[in-house]
Amino acid sequence: MDLPLIWAVLIAVAVMMYVVLDGMDLGVGMLSAFAEDDEERNMMSATIEPVWDGNETWLILGGGGLFAAFPLAYAVIMPAVYLPVLVMLAALIFRGVAFEFRHKAVRPPTRRFWNGAFYGGSLVAAFSQGLILGAFITGFETDGRNFAGGAFDWLSPFSLLTGVSVTIGYILLGACWLVLKTEGELQTKAKRFGLMALIAVSICFALVSLATLSIDPRVTERWGLSMTQFDFAKILPLSPVPLAGLVLTFWLARDLLRIGTPESGPEWRPYLLAIGIFLSGYVGLAISLFPWLVPFEFNLWQAAARDNALGLMLVGAAIMLPLILLYTAYVYSLFWGKVKPGDGYHA
Amino acid sequence: MEFDALLLSRIQFAFVVAFHILFPAFTIGLAAFLAVCEGLWLKTGHDVFKRLYLHWVKIFALAFAMGVVSGVVMSYQFGTNWSVFADKTGSVMGPLLGYEVLTAFFLEATFLGVMLFGWNRVGRTLHFVATCAVAIGTSLSAFWILAANSWMQTPAGFALDPETGTFYATDWIAVIFNPSFPSRYVHMMLAAFITTAAVILAAGAWQMLRGRSSQPTRWQTRMAVGTLAVLMPLQIWAGHWSGDVAHEHQPAKIAVLEGWCESKDIQGTVLLAWPADNECGHDVIEIPNTSPILFANAHGELKGMDAFAEDQRPPFWIVFWSFRFMVGAGLILLGLAFWGVWKWWRGTIDTPGLFHWLAVPSGSLGFIAVLTGWITAEVGRQPWTVYGHLTTAESVAPVSTGQVATSLLVFMVVYAIVFTAGAVYMARIATRGFEDDGAGPPADSRRAPGSPLGSVDEPAQVPGDIVAAE
Repeated sequence: MDLPLIWAVLIAVAVMMYVVLDGMDLGVGMLSAFAEDDEERNMMSATIEPVWDGNETWLILGGGGLFAAFPLAYAVIMPAVYLPVLVMLAALIFRGVAFEFRHKAVRPPTRRFWNGAFYGGSLVAAFSQGLILGAFITGFETDGRNFAGGAFDWLSPFSLLTGVSVTIGYILLGACWLVLKTEGELQTKAKRFGLMALIAVSICFALVSLATLSIDPRVTERWGLSMTQFDFAKILPLSPVPLAGLVLTFWLARDLLRIGTPESGPEWRPYLLAIGIFLSGYVGLAISLFPWLVPFEFNLWQAAARDNALGLMLVGAAIMLPLILLYTAYVYSLFWGKVKPGDGYHA
Repeated sequence: MEFDALLLSRIQFAFVVAFHILFPAFTIGLAAFLAVCEGLWLKTGHDVFKRLYLHWVKIFALAFAMGVVSGVVMSYQFGTNWSVFADKTGSVMGPLLGYEVLTAFFLEATFLGVMLFGWNRVGRTLHFVATCAVAIGTSLSAFWILAANSWMQTPAGFALDPETGTFYATDWIAVIFNPSFPSRYVHMMLAAFITTAAVILAAGAWQMLRGRSSQPTRWQTRMAVGTLAVLMPLQIWAGHWSGDVAHEHQPAKIAVLEGWCESKDIQGTVLLAWPADNECGHDVIEIPNTSPILFANAHGELKGMDAFAEDQRPPFWIVFWSFRFMVGAGLILLGLAFWGVWKWWRGTIDTPGLFHWLAVPSGSLGFIAVLTGWITAEVGRQPWTVYGHLTTAESVAPVSTGQVATSLLVFMVVYAIVFTAGAVYMARIATRGFEDDGAGPPADSRRAPGSPLGSVDEPAQVPGDIVAAE
C-alpha cells in the first residue's frame, strides 16, 4: 500500500472540507459587515453558530495531519509562512471568541468592537489563508531539511492575487449558504452578494490558473502547454476539470438569478454549485502540483513520516473519518432549514 | 541571557500554552460536571439540576470557545517555531496528535453544537448523549496530549534513523504508555476536576456572601466541597506517584525541584530556599531525613544538583518555586475542602462567613496549581525537548528574531484583550446567581414537543437563554 499517497489524498480532502465548510462560515462572517442592524447580523451568525466549531476543526486536522503524515513538509512550510500564519491565527482567535462575546457585550462600543472582530477577523483570516496558498504554490527556498528563505518570501504579486481570490471565493460560499439558510430581504441581499462575488471569482480563478501555469515549466508541461504548441494528448484528458468549473459557474449564475422568482431551483443548489467551483479549482491545482508537497523541493514520498506511523494513523482515520462525517452530517441535518428572526440561540 | 529566536520562541510557547491550558483544565472538569447535572436531572427529575446545567453551560460555551481558538494556535506552533523538533519527532508525536484530532476534537466540537443549540431540537436522552460526547471528547483529548507530552518527558519505544536523525516508533504501546504517562494523566485529570470544583465553590460562596443564594447555589456549593474533599487527597497521592516516576527517569528534575544540593543517601525536604543564583549554597529551611518516607521506593544514593553539570539540569529558581506554589495551592484547597465538609456536617455551610470569604479567592487556586505544575514539569524537562535525546536549542525553527519578537508581541496583545474580556464575561455570569435566570426572552412557541422544555414553564429554559445575552 502506498501510504504516503493515501495520506496525501486524505489531507487534501481535509483541507478541501475545511475550505468549503469554514470557508463558508468565514464568508458569512465577512458578509455580516454589510448587515443593516444587529438583528440581521444575528440572523447571519445564527446560520453558522452551531457548526463553526466543527468546521474549524478541519483546519486543525489539516495542520495536525500535515505534521503527523508529512513532518518534513510541515517543518519547511510553517517557518516559511510564519507571519501570515501568525496573522491568520490572531484573526481566527478574534472571530472565534466574537461568536460568543458579541452577545455578552453590554455597552454599545464593546458590542461594536466584537462585531468588528467578527467580520474583520473573518476577512483577515481568509486573506492570510490565500496568501499562504500563494506562497505554497510558488514554493520555498530550502537548505537540507530546513527552510532557508527570508521572512517575507511569501509576499509576491501572485500570493496577493491568491489572497484576494480566496477571500472572494469564501464570500461566494458564504452568500450561497445564506441563500440556503435565510429568506426574504436577507436572502435577496445574499443573492446579490453571491452574484457579485461569482463574477469576481470567475475573473480571479482564471487569473490564478493562468499565473499558476507560468510558475514553473513543470506545471505548464503537465497541462501539455508550451510557448509554441498544445499537446492535445495531455490536455484533453485533463480538460474536463477547467470545463466543469466553467459550466458550474454559468449554472450557479443562472441559479442565483432565479432565486426568489417562481422558476427558482432548490435553494441548497447554489451552495453545492459553489463547492463544485472550488473543487474544480482545487483539483486543477492538485494536477498542477502533484506530487510536490513542498513544491519543486520535496515530493510527498520524501516528506512522509515512517510507514508505521502512517499505518497506525490510517487505522484511526479509517474508523474515525466515516464516523466524523456521519455525525457532522447529522448535526447539519439537525439544524437544517431556514433561520428565522429570534431563532438564533442567543435570541 | 540573549533574546534570540530560541529564547523568544521558548517564551512564546510557554505563554501560549499557559493560556491555553487554563481552558482545557477548566472545560474537562466543567463538561463532566454538566454531564453529572444533566444525568441527575434526567434520573431524579429534580429541577435544581437543570437550573445548574443551564447556568454553567453558558460559562462552558465561553471557556470552550477560548480553548478552541487558543488550541488552534498550538497546532501550528510546532511548525512555525519548532520545525526541527517537528521534523525529527513527527513519526512518533504526529500520530498521537493526529489521534487527538480524530478521536477527540471532532467529537467535542461537533456535539458542542448540539449541546448548546440542540436543546429544543433533540430529545432529552439525545441531548444528554451530546453532553456526554463532549465530556468524553475533552478527556480523550487530554489522554492523547498527555501521551505525547509524557513521551517527551520519558521517551520509550522508539529508535533513531541513522540517516536523517529522525525518531521513529518501534513499539506503539510503549510510546503511548511511556513510563510517566499513567501518573501524569491521572494527575492532570484530577487537576482539571479540582480546578473546576474550586471555581464552582467560589461562585457559590460569592453568591451566598452577596445574598443571592438560592437552591442551585446551595447544591453547587455542596457538590464542589464534596468533590474537593474526595479528590484532593487522591491528587496528593497522584502527585507523589508522579514524583516517584520522575525521580526514576528524570533525577535532575527532582534534584532541582527538591532543592537537593549534594548527592546523599538520605535527603531532607527543603521547605523554602532563597537562591542567590542557579547554584547551590542558598539559605534553606529544611526538614531533615524525610527521603526514606517520601521516596520509599528509591534505593541507594539520591542525586543532588552536584551530580549534574549546570547545562545538564533545569534552571533551579523556576522549578523550585513553581513546585512549591503548586503544592501550596493544593494544600490550601485540601484544608478548605475539609473545612467545608465540617461546616456541611454542622449545617453551617450556607451561613456566609470566613469560609466563604476564603473560598472566593481560592477559586483561582486550581488554575495556579495547574500553571505552576506545568511549569515544574516542562521547565524541569530542560535542557531537553525529548528527554536525553533532543535538546531545546536543537529543536528551534530557522526563523528570525524579529519574526518571533513580532509574534510574541501580537500574541500578548491579542490574548490580553481576548482573555480579559472572556474572564469578565464568565465572572459576570458566575457571580450573578440563579435568581434572575428568568430574565430571558419570552417563551418560544416553536419549542419542540417532547423536548426537555415541553413540560416546564420557566422562561429560563428557552433555548435562547442557554447562553443568553444580558
